[in-house]
Amino acid sequence: MELIYGHPKSLKPIQTKYCPGCGHGVIHRLITEVIDELGMQQKSVILNPVGCSIWASIYFDFDSVQVPHGRTPAGATGVKRMLPDHLVICYQGDGDLAAIGTAEAVHAANRGEKFTTIFVNNAIYGMTGGQMAPTTLVGQKATTAPYGRDPVEAGMGYPIRVLEMFATLEGTRYLARGAVNNAANTRKTKQYIKKAFEAQLRGEGSTMVEILSQCPTNWAMDPVESVEWVESDMIPFYKLGEIKDELQGSAVKEAAK
Amino acid sequence: MADEKRLMKGNEAMGEAAVRAGCDAYFGYPITPQNELTAYMAKHMLDHKRVFIQAESEVSAINMVYGAAATGARSMTSSSSPGISLKQEGISYACGADVPIVVINVARSGPGLGGISPAQGDYFQSTRGGGHGDYFHIVLAPKSVQEAADLTFEAFDLADEWRMPAMVLADGMIGQMMEGVVLPQPKDPATRVAKPWASGNRPAGRPVNHVDSTHLVPEEFEQANIARYKRYDEMKKTLVRYEEQHVEDADLILAAYGTSARVCLGAMQMARKLGLKVGLFRPITLWPFPEKRLGELAGKRFLTVEMSMGQMVEDVRLHTRGKSEVSFYGRCGGMIPTEEDVLAEIRRILKK
Ligand SMILES: Cc1ncc(C[n+]2csc(CCOP(=O)(O)OP(=O)(O)O)c2C)c(N)n1
Ligand code: SF4
Ligand SMILES: [Mg+2]
Repeated sequence: MELIYGHPKSLKPIQTKYCPGCGHGVIHRLITEVIDELGMQQKSVILNPVGCSIWASIYFDFDSVQVPHGRTPAGATGVKRMLPDHLVICYQGDGDLAAIGTAEAVHAANRGEKFTTIFVNNAIYGMTGGQMAPTTLVGQKATTAPYGRDPVEAGMGYPIRVLEMFATLEGTRYLARGAVNNAANTRKTKQYIKKAFEAQLRGEGSTMVEILSQCPTNWAMDPVESVEWVESDMIPFYKLGEIKDELQGSAVKEAAK
Repeated sequence: MADEKRLMKGNEAMGEAAVRAGCDAYFGYPITPQNELTAYMAKHMLDHKRVFIQAESEVSAINMVYGAAATGARSMTSSSSPGISLKQEGISYACGADVPIVVINVARSGPGLGGISPAQGDYFQSTRGGGHGDYFHIVLAPKSVQEAADLTFEAFDLADEWRMPAMVLADGMIGQMMEGVVLPQPKDPATRVAKPWASGNRPAGRPVNHVDSTHLVPEEFEQANIARYKRYDEMKKTLVRYEEQHVEDADLILAAYGTSARVCLGAMQMARKLGLKVGLFRPITLWPFPEKRLGELAGKRFLTVEMSMGQMVEDVRLHTRGKSEVSFYGRCGGMIPTEEDVLAEIRRILKK
């Protein structure tokens, strides 16, 4: 009998350390499914960030390089420049990408570095216990925004829409935003990841998939409430879809239509 | 066939030595007094179809170096003091993950922005593991353009062999001055140390490689650190390098490295002409420090000369174990001691 759905080869068959309802585990699964589909297990390297997803060495059955908090795109630049025929994945949280590592992320994208960033936006610092992230919504509570994020009185700034900002950079070729709060969004997100990985393997330039992800623990919600909150609060602010698609591959497809 | 002697700036000679050592990737950020090195690498790495990136900061540059080296490539950066401070995060990670990289510090005066003139105020930072955590790394201190080229070339081999960062601690004087230099013959890639631990190009059947400094289990982490320190002990036995002149009959030994050792050599020769029994002890590896040899010389009088307020002098005192009287003479802020200054100090100490 043909097996049509099973555990991805690139993902080790172990239980994750993630909290119930966390998005990271689902995202790991999507990445590894696509790696398997592309037959890239032996030629993939993931740069795992400092954050809840630090555990690449436990989960992934392909090589990895772990870098300091926020330096993920710099490390990925070094890896991809030396291994141009590999699939290089720069996995980042919102604190990692949009706070401490903003400079690295912007400049790697601007240089058109040919790796793919998987940007996990859970609107919070997960690992350190629920501090405000650059992507925390206005009014959303965090341990360091106990009365909710207040951009005006408390001067806490506004949530950053990373993809819209990166869309202005000429080095970026493909920017898409998905979510893993329900089956339909999860399937769509997998398509974005696959499109980005394929573009990377064609050497097309900077690609990034932002994924809205649940952190029930630090949102003080149960898993069901958290997937609903992504729908009710996050998606209205962080619009899903392909924010920028300047891939040659896509242009060819368009022309064929 | 050996190369002919060429007249070169220290910064350029170090760049050419790195190219010949087989540096696969260079990542840098502009800062005086090492800019000629970055510019040299830009031209020559691109000419050789190797990787050169002018990064957005030193923080980024060192992590690019780390990423490239994690794949097994020979990778380096260069900077000067304030920039080296920013690189300490990446250096700590490279030490924690046992990743060989090469870092050149063409040091200037500090603290803070300080000035762009040569100084030796980064001795503590370089030799004590300048970032967080328990570690050391190789530190090589050239005194001339020739030695700057030779040590840069060798730094790549040493880093690979010992799986750790190798730093060349030069200063603005060595970086900026021109001298005759015979460059080393290009390294044959076939003689490179194998790196089975590197990420990427995983053959079927090889277990995954994770280049990683994370250790969240204290028992395991302690063991990993202990193993690393065993390697350090081994290095202290085999890697130590220094130069000595007339130490055996000396009434006073000048202890100095890099540019200040050059000044001391002149001062020593002047003193000898006056009949004063002065010697010179010049550490070339600042880490591992020639502690054993200093222990053997314990009992002799020392004058440590540095372009700082006194940093290496602490190591000279430590390793002569209280048996030597150790004096210090230093200039700082970008000032360089003259041979006459040092001679005057020698005469004051020897009362002659
Ligand atoms: C230099 C440095 N500063 C701070 C930290 C502490 N720290 C670890 S993870 C983290 C935030 C992680 O948040 P995010 O990137 O959003 O990832 P998440 O855990 O939410 O997936 C911080 C601040 C660190 N490890 N290193
Ligand atoms: S704290 Fe949040 S991001 Fe971290 S594992 Fe738990 S749910 Fe996931
Ligand atoms: Mg987060």
